[in-house]
Amino acid sequence: MTAADIPDTSRPGAGRETTMASRAVTLSLLLVSTVYFLFPLWWLLVSVTKPFGRQFSGNGLWFDGFGLFENISRLTEQNDGIFWRWMLNSVLYCGIGALAGTLLSAMAGYLLAKYRFRGRNALFGTVLAAVLIPKILFTLPLYLMFSGIGLIDNPLAVLLPSIVSPFGVYLARIFAAQSVPDEVIEAGRLDGASEFRIFRTVALPMMLPALVTIFLFQFVDIWNNYLLPAMVLSDDRLQPVTVGLVGWNASHGVAVPAPLVVIGSLVSVVPLIVAFVALQRFWRAGMTAGAVK
Amino acid sequence: MGREPVRPTGTAEQTAAAPKRAAPPGRRRGRETALGLRTLLLFGGPFAVLFAAMYIAPLLYATVSSLFVVKRSGLGLAPPTREFEPLHNFAQAFGDHDFLGALARVGLFAVVQVPLMLGVALGLALLLDSRSARAKGFFRLGAFLPYAIPGVSAALVWSFMYSSESSPINHLLEPLGVRIPFFADGAVLWSVANIVTWSWTGYNMIIIYSALQTIPAEVLEAAKMDGASALRIAWSVKIPAVRSSLVLTTVFSIIGSAQLFNEPAVLQPISGGAISSAFTPIMSAQAAVAAGNYPYAAAQSVVLALTVGVLSFVFFKLTSRGENA
Repeated sequence: MTAADIPDTSRPGAGRETTMASRAVTLSLLLVSTVYFLFPLWWLLVSVTKPFGRQFSGNGLWFDGFGLFENISRLTEQNDGIFWRWMLNSVLYCGIGALAGTLLSAMAGYLLAKYRFRGRNALFGTVLAAVLIPKILFTLPLYLMFSGIGLIDNPLAVLLPSIVSPFGVYLARIFAAQSVPDEVIEAGRLDGASEFRIFRTVALPMMLPALVTIFLFQFVDIWNNYLLPAMVLSDDRLQPVTVGLVGWNASHGVAVPAPLVVIGSLVSVVPLIVAFVALQRFWRAGMTAGAVK
Repeated sequence: MGREPVRPTGTAEQTAAAPKRAAPPGRRRGRETALGLRTLLLFGGPFAVLFAAMYIAPLLYATVSSLFVVKRSGLGLAPPTREFEPLHNFAQAFGDHDFLGALARVGLFAVVQVPLMLGVALGLALLLDSRSARAKGFFRLGAFLPYAIPGVSAALVWSFMYSSESSPINHLLEPLGVRIPFFADGAVLWSVANIVTWSWTGYNMIIIYSALQTIPAEVLEAAKMDGASALRIAWSVKIPAVRSSLVLTTVFSIIGSAQLFNEPAVLQPISGGAISSAFTPIMSAQAAVAAGNYPYAAAQSVVLALTVGVLSFVFFKLTSRGENA
């Protein structure tokens, strides 16, 4: 762990205030936890680089030959490239759903934070109560409602429920109250701008860092939702990658070779990991807001 | 803002943490504007319509259907009919050993897994916040990465960790003569709990850690001047200060336990029967749907939702006693 040797410049004098023993204990505890968190991902990474078919051989913890490119091309060939179709579906469902959802949350949150109207508290209370109901409970009735109106095997059946995010509204309300000063809105009105124009040109840019957070959380939320797409989409060309991979896994290596599930699992989580690492400062900001309440 | 003084990437964090200072509690919100119906509908309308359709309507639909009973004719030739018998499904649920077993199983899961996970998350957050910690960015990211892995993918990855043929964990333990039976009847619930813990510990740790960052430096400085040890400060100053985050994460974890579905459903095919088709309440409701008895599934869902609602409410009440915020 070389990073540990670099002195922590953010707290001058920290070295003098802590003993070797306390630093050693702290670091070893943190290291043990990190090994636990990264161990399965390490196994996945190692397995994917092994030649095809050797994924489950050896102890699984160290590299053994190189087959990454062959593995990716096997994954691409399986069922006429259905895997990439699934990836595209996932990105579309999550991208469109999170984008539309963030916009709706931003408008509703801004409304709740900046305007006074009858029923405001009741509306906010309802949204909060919805956060507290396990979301999976909505899946069954939604499935039946969608069957009733012929929305089965229609991307809208996944998109429409994904767009609504009570938690997003809750966060947007906090962020709007924090980052948009009333004076700025007032100034816009004096200039004769309409309420929506003020929102679009003044408030929205001010809320932008917060909105990236909401987008990111909702994106992951939709990507995570397995039961809804599994129930409403039976056509495998419409399914997101999570549903597709579980389907492959359920074939027990008969229809689809088991190593492909391993390879697909890694490829499917790469975009999420990249997004999280690249957007670190945004999700940390969002969680700070959640912690402060 | 946070107690770490220099952090070039901190702008977003500051906007989020700033309000505490920028808007002291006593400030009047006098400038909020009364608004016309048109603006109200413009901003709130789209969300309200979808919220009604995707949240309120399914809720009503499920509640109403739970009050009906599916009746089939003796030979099953005529299509099944529905009759209004409000208590029938609920009576059936409270006499259904599979469903009650699933509720008890998830209850046991929550009682053990939630305190364990949050205890570890709190411990890691305190370690990370201590002056002895180094390479904080690395550890924070490492703990958080599992959250970026979807529950279903996490379950798939762990199914390879558990698999009786290829388990790398049992490979490592082999020289010691130890072999963990991940799918034994008594162990399988904890194998599932491990996946959930792996996925969510870092997420909860970051929430608690963020709350720790908002404790004013002067408070900690004063405690140190009084001669308090690091452990004493953690116990008497830091933990009470992050109380509201602990309450929040506990409630969300309880709700999460009630939703338990993805992990056991992915493990089920390779569990050798240890994970039954009614392992959790949601799986039990799914089984009722598969059997064509939707009203019974709805009744199970209503029982689950009410249980979670009551528990969350009681927990909030218990923890908010004596708190003036």
